[in-house]
Formats: sequence, structure tokens, C-alpha cells
Amino acid sequence: MIQKSVKSAEEAVADISDGAKLMMGGFGLCGIPENCIQALLKKEVQALTIISNNAGVDNFGIGLFLKKRMVKKMISSYVGENAEFERQLLSGEIEVDLVPQGTLAERIRAGGAGIPAFYTPAGVGTEVAFGKETRTFDGKQFLLETGLTADFALIKAWKGDTAGNLIFKGTAMNFNPIMATAGKITIAEVEELVPAGGLNPNEIHTPGIFVQRIFQGKGYEKRIENRTVSF
Amino acid sequence: MLTKEQIAKRISKEIKHGQYINLGIGIPTLVANYIPSKIEVVLQSENGLLGIGPFPKEMDVDPDLINAGKQTISIIPGSSIFDSAQSFAMIRGGHVDLTILGAMEVSEFGDIANWKIPGKMVKGMGGAMDLVSSAKNIIVAMQHCSKDGQSKLLPTCTLPITGIRCVKKIVTDLAVLEINPSGGFVLLERAPGVTIEEIKLKTAGNLIVPNQVLEINLD
Repeated sequence: MIQKSVKSAEEAVADISDGAKLMMGGFGLCGIPENCIQALLKKEVQALTIISNNAGVDNFGIGLFLKKRMVKKMISSYVGENAEFERQLLSGEIEVDLVPQGTLAERIRAGGAGIPAFYTPAGVGTEVAFGKETRTFDGKQFLLETGLTADFALIKAWKGDTAGNLIFKGTAMNFNPIMATAGKITIAEVEELVPAGGLNPNEIHTPGIFVQRIFQGKGYEKRIENRTVSF
Repeated sequence: MLTKEQIAKRISKEIKHGQYINLGIGIPTLVANYIPSKIEVVLQSENGLLGIGPFPKEMDVDPDLINAGKQTISIIPGSSIFDSAQSFAMIRGGHVDLTILGAMEVSEFGDIANWKIPGKMVKGMGGAMDLVSSAKNIIVAMQHCSKDGQSKLLPTCTLPITGIRCVKKIVTDLAVLEINPSGGFVLLERAPGVTIEEIKLKTAGNLIVPNQVLEINLD
């Protein structure tokens, strides 16, 4: 079996340079590639375009890139938890493409699946529709949206093997499986890395063909945005 | 006038046994607290969970289990997990029976604005545009007027639109209303202590008052 493992986050992101277009998994702070984020912060790459559903919080996740002004453009569906980001957006310091979450997910899925474009009803009649082709099917209007790919996709998974197969846990799955298919180079960090043969093929969420580099992650903080409990 | 909890409780009476439901952030999440125990429904979370359970006990908090509002939650027997593309396939493909969300403005044709205040609040639309574009049934929970007394039920929305001609029913702190497809808010019920006159004054859009307007029953 083809072996994809690398030693560390630093080795995994070594060829990510200024101006790169990155996809980053996660919904809020859940399922974000913490180790790759730290490694990129150390490299201080500039002028990044980041495709990610959210922008982290002020001092964790992608928010750390924003503090260091490493990001030129964000493509996201919701950036509300990050006050610094909202400020940079309103002042024009950062370019933002706000995309409906379902459209974002489907654009990424299509990008990885070789589908150049598709029609969706989301955004019809709103400013999201500006400049886009529309078409009517069965009397209902739809917008033409294009597939999305990236130079690198940074993925967080629960378990993985050295063949690049991945298993996700809980709602930390979210955008990770689809982004894994849409990165030219997909880098996966996992909580538990096993040799090929260590995972049940019936349980694999992302087949290894989509993953180019995988490493054993460490020191996950898994910060919680809103700790809500019942008594 | 109804409190947020009372608006949520009134909306919970619209829920039917066997429905798959998506609850937006804000007042809609409170609806989960009032679902009658004798009916079975399943809550869908856009971030990839079907079968949202209650908030966990402190010792059971799991950072890998959150809802669309990024709050920690639990799962229930029969829950399932899936990715974001599959989540929105459920939403966009018309598999979710009922969507409940908040609004800043609703127009008399059922247009909704709930994602942006230009120059002031640009957090993004999240899943709202997908939810309203394909939902079979949309109920809105909102305040009838803004903090400075302006009606939020308008002839046309002034804020950036989330979706057009999609809202079916609205529950505000003053009333329960239904959208007439030809253009108008049909007054179905008024809150206890609230008169039809007050509702007329506070509704800038076309208000249609039928012969019988019931009082909201919160039992």
C-alpha cells in the first residue's frame, strides 16, 4: 500500500508559500486542523486566500492568522464569532466572499468531484445572485455556481492510517471530508495514526486516494466556543 | 406581549409528530424546550447531526459535539453524523419538514431579511439562504417592532434579503400571522392583552384582519 505519512505538521506544510489558496476544515472551532494552523503561524506566510466555513475566534483558530495579518481573502459563510475579522471586513482591510453555507459545501464537493458548475436555489433574489447566471427549472429560479478547489486542503480527522484513509468523529466531521477531495495537496492531521490495515474498510469516511500527506497530531486543545450544560 | 419563551412555546404548537425540524439560532432554539413529550420529532443541525439531544451534564461535555450555534450538545438513540454536503442535501433537497428561524424584517409577500445590516453587522448568512430557499414550511420567530418602535412587518424589506416569497407563518410578541400569497399579513391570533388596533398600528405592511381573531393560547 502506498505510504503517505510525514513526521510533523512542519514537514507537512513546508511547501505552503505566500499567496497560497488553502481550504481549512472545521465548523466554528470544532474539527479545525490545530497543528497545521500552529505550523503556518510559525512560518508567517502572507497573502493567503482561505476557504473555511468560519473565521475562528479572536485568539484561536483562523483568528490567529487574522491577528498577524496573514490573510488577504476569506471565503466563508459566517464570520460572526470573530470581532477582529468583522472589523477588518467593515474597514476593507480584508477581502471577503460570503457564500451561503450549503452553496459553499456543494461548491467544494463539486470541485473535488470534477463538476465545474451546478445550479442551486440558495441566494436567488439576494445580493448573492449579483452577476451570476440564472436558469429556470420547473418554474423555479436557480443560480449557477462554480466548483471550488484549493492548492492545499488542511484536514483534521479522528483516526487515519498510513495509506491516507480517514475516519472522523462527531460534528468535527463537517467540511473535512469534502475539502479532503478538493485540495490539490491534502494534508491530514489525526489524533490516532495507525499502519495501513489498522482501520476497518467499512468504517472509512475518506478513502486514502484523496490524501497526499498524513501525520500524527498532538496537543489538541479542542477549545469550546459556547459551553452549555444542563443540571 | 409575549416573552421570547412564550413565542417559542406558541411555535411549538405548530410541530407535528414525525417531523424533521431545523431550528435557527436565537428564539428558535428555545422551541426545543417546549416540544410535547408525547410526540416524536428529530432536530437537524446544519453542521452535520440528525437527532440533537439536550445540553449535556458538565462531565459529559464533548468538544466534538456542537450545534449550529456552536453550543455543546448531546446525541440521542438513533442520532446520525454526516458531512456538510450531505447536511445541505437534506436541507436543499426538501427532506426537512419544518424550518424555524428568526428575522429582522419580513415583507407582506413573505420575503425575509435576517443576515446583514449594511455598515454595521455583516456576520454572514450561514445556512439561512439554503434553509429558506428550499424549505417546505418556514415559521419565523421575531419581535413585531424594532427597539426604536419601527415595524418589522413591512410592504417590502429594506435590509438585504435572505430569501424571497418563502415565509409561511410568523409568531411575534404581539401576534400569530400567516402570509397571503397575494400580498398581506393575515392576523390569526393576538397576544393576551394586545388589541387588534395596536397590531394594525405596528404593522407597516398590509394587514388582513379576518372576522375572527383568536387570542393566543399558551396552555
